[in-house]
Amino acid sequence: MTQDTPTTTYEQFASVASEYGIEPRRVEPNGVAEAVTEMLDPPAVGTQLPWEDATLPDGVTTEPTPADLRAATTGVTAASLAIAEYGSIVLDADEDGSDSVSLFNDLHVAVLHEDDIVPDMATAFEQFGERLRETRESAIIATGPSATADMGALVNGAHGPKQVEVIVVS
Amino acid sequence: MSSRESKAEHIRRIMATEGAAVGENTRGFNQGRYESVAKLEDYEELKDEARAIKEDAIERLPELVEEVRAVVEENGGTVYLAEDAADANRYIREVCDAQDATRLVKSKSMTSEELEVNEALESGGIEVIETDLGEWVLQVAEEAPSHIVAPAIHKSREEIARLFNEYFDPEEELETAQELTEFAREHLGELIEGADVGMTGANFVTADSGTIALVTSEGNARKCVTVPETQIAVAGVEKIVPSVEELRPFIELIGRSGTGQDITSYISLFTPPVDSPTVDFDRPEEPIAGGDTAGDREFHLVLIDNGRMAMREDDDLRETLYCIRCSACANTCANFQSVGGHAFGGETYSGGIATGWEAGVHGLDSAGEFNDLCTGCSRCVPACPVQIDIPWINTVVRDRLNSGEDVPLEVLVEGLTPDAETEGPGLQKRLFGNVETLAKLGSAFAPLSNWAANSRPASAVLERVAGVAGERNLPAFQRTTLRDWMDQREAVPALDPDRKVVLYPDLYTNYMFVDRGKAAVRTLEALGVEVLVPAAPGSGRAPLSQGMISTARRQAEGVADALDPYLEEGYDVVVIEPSDLAMFRDDYSRLLPEREAELFAEHSYELLEYVYGLLSNGANVEVLDTTSGEETVAYHSHCQQRTLGLEPYSVEVLTECGYTVTTSDVECCGMAGSFGYKEQYYDLAMDVGSRLEAQLREADADHVVASGTSCTDQIGDLLGQEPRHVVELVAPPEET
Ligand code: SF4
Repeated sequence: MTQDTPTTTYEQFASVASEYGIEPRRVEPNGVAEAVTEMLDPPAVGTQLPWEDATLPDGVTTEPTPADLRAATTGVTAASLAIAEYGSIVLDADEDGSDSVSLFNDLHVAVLHEDDIVPDMATAFEQFGERLRETRESAIIATGPSATADMGALVNGAHGPKQVEVIVVS
Repeated sequence: MSSRESKAEHIRRIMATEGAAVGENTRGFNQGRYESVAKLEDYEELKDEARAIKEDAIERLPELVEEVRAVVEENGGTVYLAEDAADANRYIREVCDAQDATRLVKSKSMTSEELEVNEALESGGIEVIETDLGEWVLQVAEEAPSHIVAPAIHKSREEIARLFNEYFDPEEELETAQELTEFAREHLGELIEGADVGMTGANFVTADSGTIALVTSEGNARKCVTVPETQIAVAGVEKIVPSVEELRPFIELIGRSGTGQDITSYISLFTPPVDSPTVDFDRPEEPIAGGDTAGDREFHLVLIDNGRMAMREDDDLRETLYCIRCSACANTCANFQSVGGHAFGGETYSGGIATGWEAGVHGLDSAGEFNDLCTGCSRCVPACPVQIDIPWINTVVRDRLNSGEDVPLEVLVEGLTPDAETEGPGLQKRLFGNVETLAKLGSAFAPLSNWAANSRPASAVLERVAGVAGERNLPAFQRTTLRDWMDQREAVPALDPDRKVVLYPDLYTNYMFVDRGKAAVRTLEALGVEVLVPAAPGSGRAPLSQGMISTARRQAEGVADALDPYLEEGYDVVVIEPSDLAMFRDDYSRLLPEREAELFAEHSYELLEYVYGLLSNGANVEVLDTTSGEETVAYHSHCQQRTLGLEPYSVEVLTECGYTVTTSDVECCGMAGSFGYKEQYYDLAMDVGSRLEAQLREADADHVVASGTSCTDQIGDLLGQEPRHVVELVAPPEET
């Protein structure tokens, strides 16, 4: 759905994300596996999603090894937050290795819960403040694919993904 | 070769080899900045917030350093406070040696360039790999960064392709940016897989959680942090902010201000040692999730002093520590756009703020290498996300380089003969710093002095002795100054006794461009204003631009003495020369007592700003020289006038007078005060000016007008015809 003036936080997120070549797809929890299957380019690795009912399909190797990671084309992870006005998603650097899974492959498919989209950077940083002080975790605000202009023109896929897709669980 | 000649030669060479690539990239960034910040509704508020956070953090720095130490240790890491580069390098090497490390992979960090840590580690047998693509290109080419954010900005795609094809001799020749990037990713990916230590810089360090914020786009920093077991972050002490929440304004501003991106691909908020498991490619079949996590990882935060604590104590250099190294000041700088950081830079840093950094961390001499390239045009000031007065830092450093001693005015006259023994600023600086004396003498002896100054032998002497570019025509002195003319004519009675102004007789208007002064008087009087032109000395702009602060202060005090009585009586001060207005509104706050400076700031106006005000308050535009036809005007505003936000008034008045106006969008004409008159900078000034020339020619307007003297001089040289001041176009004709 495209609208000229986005009205909901989701719509704003989708509209800004589209500037980075991301067309978010909204699905019910039990539709996640199917959506991931449709979007991925095999072979795929992934880390488990944190929501009940939302699971990864069989085609995604969870608990990947370095060899899996190297061989994969797609990495699937959850995103813990999204920032509508920037079209950004927030990735975790957890013990499952989500940071690496979201970074090493040409395509990153991120799964996000609609309730976790916040409107702006100020709100996001209020959450980061509490969370990072309390848990001493890490977070990565990722906006679009990895990119560089160092080789004389803008190229997507410098050290990270060339393309990012987002599935929004509603 | 004299040092001026070798400097000119160096600049010419850099312009020829790197100017095109640097120019295209920096102008792209600069344009992107304008577009990106325009999307922020609360841009100014965010800058205020960012500034306040930095002021607070630097004020409380010693306490915050201790907070960081405590929190990082609590997280399981180590903090080392390094006194200087040698100390930092020694520590980093010890960390590597303790791991028996043979390879360290790095993400981009200017602070590590300042330390020259690569060389220090390599001499200890440790292989260091830059993984940022731009930095890697430079590592292969064995060159230094030419820009603090985009280090290889001076290299075109073709050059990089040639370099890689020669160095790596790949099976298939590399050509496109895509191919080059993929090649680099593969090659560096393998090197990262086998690395023992990962090193990053830090854009920010939070004192409440020990989080390192990294602003990147490629993803290499994430790999450098995650893959190896040991992480080292190097950060100047000034990178500390009190809390995570306080990162927000910087995150919203840094990409926009620098490369014109609303946000870069990755803002990593790492709280090391990170929870992510290491990725051990030597054990390819063991699940990553079983790798070493926070408990097993090592993290070292190396906080660098290297002169920063002393900068903090220095009232003038302190502001430098607020810098978030976004590069806006470089991208917005007309001179930088032409030469890049290999000419406009010191040992490590480049662009306008580099003067502060180099003076603080490497010493005055390193700053002195390039400090002259800041013309004080002030276009960087509104671009800086933390509102640093970058021109002031340049002025102060110039003053210190001049050994802090201003030379008495008399020396100038004697100084027209070379005198190598004189302490303080060189002859060229004294000449341009003391334009006032020159103007008085020149006017008294006009037209003789004009013939003399522009005659071939005289200009050759000026070039040899004082370094005035022989190509330049010096402005002609007028025998009858503006003040003489005012004295000789009959006073015009004011229509509105409440509207009374003092027209400030700046040196150029009073002694050289008397016609524009007369036009200003006629315009104001026609609009019903009483105009006085009292005697007043130079504003201090000229000495200030040469780093002669105490001379500038003396002149400011002289201006205050001359104009205070009028200000007290409710006169407004109207100023023709934008660079003088910038003194009154801005720089006087640093030169005069607070109350006096405020008086000037509040009651001084740019001429066309004042005219616009009169017209908006009901004055009749028809008394001016209006046009009903289709006459077009190409207008180039003055750099400092733009920074003060005053360009629109001139455009509006011209439009109200019936003209169709096109404006230039170059940041500066290239002349920038006396800069373009100096022989060693003549070519650069003309290169900067060439873009203005192209725009003015393309506009193909009936009239070309400008606001500043240096702009009209420069445009005159560029177009072969001297443009007029805006007021000369709209002033009612002289009664005969
Ligand atoms: S001085 Fe300001 S504009 Fe220049 S790099 Fe630093 S923060 Fe950016």
